[in-house]
Amino acid sequence: MSERPVSIPGEPKVDLEQARAHGLAPDEYRKIEQTIGRTPTYTELGVFSVMWSEHCSYKSSRRHLRKLPSKSELVVQGPGENAGAIDVGDGWAAVFKIESHNHPSFVEPYQGAATGVGGILRDIFTMGARPVASMNSLKFGSFEHPRTRYLLGGVVGGIGGYGNCVGVPTVAGEVMFDAAYNANILVNAFCLGLVRKGEMMSAKARGPGNPVLYVGSATGRDGIHGASMASAEFDKESEAKRPAVQVGDPFTEKLLIEACLEAGKTGAIVAIQDMGAAGLTSSSSEMASHGGLGIELDLDKVPLREAGLTPYEILLSESQERMLIVAERGREAELQAVFEKWDLHAVVIGHVTEDQRWRTRWRGQVVADIPIGALADDAPIYDRPAAAPKIQPQTKPAIAAKHPETAKAIRALLDSPNIASKKWVYRQYDSIVQSNTVLGPGSDGAVLRIKNSRRAIALKVDSNPRACALDPYLGAVGTVCEAARNVACAGARPVGITNCLNYGNPERPEVMWQFIRGVEGLRDASIAFGAPVVSGNVSFYNETEGHPIPPTPTIAVLGVMIDVAKHVTQFFKNPGDVIALVRTAAPSIAASEYAAIFGIDGGRLGAIDLAREAALVEGLVEGAEQGLIKSAHDIAEGGLAVALAEACFNPRAILGAEVELGRAGNADAVVFFGEGASTVVLSIAKRDAARVESLFAGRGLEFAVIGRVTAEPRLKIGAAAGLDEDVAELQRIYEDAIPRRLRGGD
Amino acid sequence: MQVRVFVTPRKGILDPQGRAVESSLQSLGFKNVSGVKVGKYILLEVEARTASEARDEAKKMCEALLANPVIEDYRFEVDGE
Repeated sequence: MSERPVSIPGEPKVDLEQARAHGLAPDEYRKIEQTIGRTPTYTELGVFSVMWSEHCSYKSSRRHLRKLPSKSELVVQGPGENAGAIDVGDGWAAVFKIESHNHPSFVEPYQGAATGVGGILRDIFTMGARPVASMNSLKFGSFEHPRTRYLLGGVVGGIGGYGNCVGVPTVAGEVMFDAAYNANILVNAFCLGLVRKGEMMSAKARGPGNPVLYVGSATGRDGIHGASMASAEFDKESEAKRPAVQVGDPFTEKLLIEACLEAGKTGAIVAIQDMGAAGLTSSSSEMASHGGLGIELDLDKVPLREAGLTPYEILLSESQERMLIVAERGREAELQAVFEKWDLHAVVIGHVTEDQRWRTRWRGQVVADIPIGALADDAPIYDRPAAAPKIQPQTKPAIAAKHPETAKAIRALLDSPNIASKKWVYRQYDSIVQSNTVLGPGSDGAVLRIKNSRRAIALKVDSNPRACALDPYLGAVGTVCEAARNVACAGARPVGITNCLNYGNPERPEVMWQFIRGVEGLRDASIAFGAPVVSGNVSFYNETEGHPIPPTPTIAVLGVMIDVAKHVTQFFKNPGDVIALVRTAAPSIAASEYAAIFGIDGGRLGAIDLAREAALVEGLVEGAEQGLIKSAHDIAEGGLAVALAEACFNPRAILGAEVELGRAGNADAVVFFGEGASTVVLSIAKRDAARVESLFAGRGLEFAVIGRVTAEPRLKIGAAAGLDEDVAELQRIYEDAIPRRLRGGD
Repeated sequence: MQVRVFVTPRKGILDPQGRAVESSLQSLGFKNVSGVKVGKYILLEVEARTASEARDEAKKMCEALLANPVIEDYRFEVDGE
């Protein structure tokens, strides 16, 4: 009864060589022949090549990702759907995920970043959730690199252009500049949506005979083999063989959001999935395989943007703003009416079948017929060899031959683009549309209210590639701790994690080792905070001509607070308040911005005691809930001195601080500028200081009052050899560092 | 020497602006219109001794700034050619 798929006249011949050109290994090609019992058609070869690419199949990472904890009382949806979901209370679930769009953004920064935002939005509203907040994590090459300014301008413009048009606020993010990313920038986009618990939609096909509907933009030759491209290293040639770049259309996306959410309310949608990487192929085969069923598509029904597309092109196109829906049989017209209302067309292009095969027809003939499992769970999985690099980073303590003067050092740090204000970036983003943003960019974590509820959510995205380069395990643990701490500084309890794991070529044992250690770090930290990893993405092959990026696990943490009015910002509030430090370990210069600026290599990361990290987070949340903490700022790049300066930069009116660090602290670079330790600078009303102290001391944490907030805007740290600077002057340096470089100043 | 540069979306690339114009035209009743693309037209005065020198300069300008060769095609006309 099964028809043998036909080749299309004029198509290239399929053999081992052709398979290799499609990025398939010889073993993989043989496995394809075995699975289908014949030579694949050219169309089928294309389908296998994308579905078995690293990007779609997670073939190198899957067995390791299983180690990540994904359950808690609050998890509504763990990994396996388009995004994860966490119960945030009052009947709401937060659906969230972070995803990379590194390779496309390097080729065409504006459209690459824009379509990255569009793609992650679709992953969220596919679940039935209304997108309410976006974040991003960006890594560029050094500011001196000739392409950096162009890439920065394009990526930031693309995120703003798409996000602002579609009406989803960009509420937080991070930007880093480092020569290690000169030839491989990273663009990781995060989105979070809210949905009433119980109204979530699924990507699991059900009911043989149910129709499959195509919704959204027509299919063109955009981004064909984008998924395969993201699964290979860059070289000189890939510049030339780049496919038609995907172009985003945020206004169509906005229509899709509204139409899909409205269509979801009809109850006629059985399953829905966006067409992301590998487009129609992956969306249709994934929906069928999740449901343990098959699917049959008629490619002649697919709306095309231009004439003459072959089945190969239709199936592999990555045209943006398209969705695939399995509808309840007989209710197609109901759905079509909703989409017509939003000026979109919903076309029936196929149906669900019982036979667990993925079959496509074109001009009346079968052009592909593949067992569904071969495109999903039976795709190759590798246990790639992993080995620590032979040459370990230097582990001798990092001590500079000669430290610069303290006053000079703090100015240099505030002027570093990695520490300086990112206002130039985030003022291009609409951070308040939808009117939920309580705390937007510029403080430690973002805070969003949930309408008609006292509850709020806090969000933060972090990464620390320099620490991960020294120790990929501790670096990953530290990154999770930092993101969790930031959310806690805002007054929210961390409840869920999503991650984007950016690494080099997994076929190198050193890279695979970095990756595995990173996953283990993520696992251990996630368990310690009781915040499961509910979604994520892996981006391998971030390397150019043999130079991989440093391991860069990007971690986003979702926090929940019971009462939005109790949220805390990083800025000092009132003169006379005491300034206190609470920390879990001693700071170190290793992997710090100070080390990067003053040329200090290597060093050893301090051990991390996860029980103490969790205690710190709990103490911060409890202190905020009791209204005892006026400001809380996590010490990150630039150490204590920079954190104190930033806390003085209150947007309402700058303040000052007078801080004593004891004998040991005077002008000691490690005390002033060291990082790595989980340390928070608090300001507290004098009368509450004892209560806050018992909150932390009772948890076995080091707590010390180190000074007070002053009305006079001067930052005074330590005694004679310390620091005594005009805060306004420091702020000017901090605010102007990036604009000055973009103006062409050196 | 006057150089006229025409920049258009590359073939096969989605042109949201062209699509918006096309659907607006159709909703105004111009049902006979399709395949609308929107690009830009740039006029330059280039100091050059010969048309071919102006042409070389214009090509460099297009590659460097006027067009984004990843997503746009360009062509130009030089006075006296």
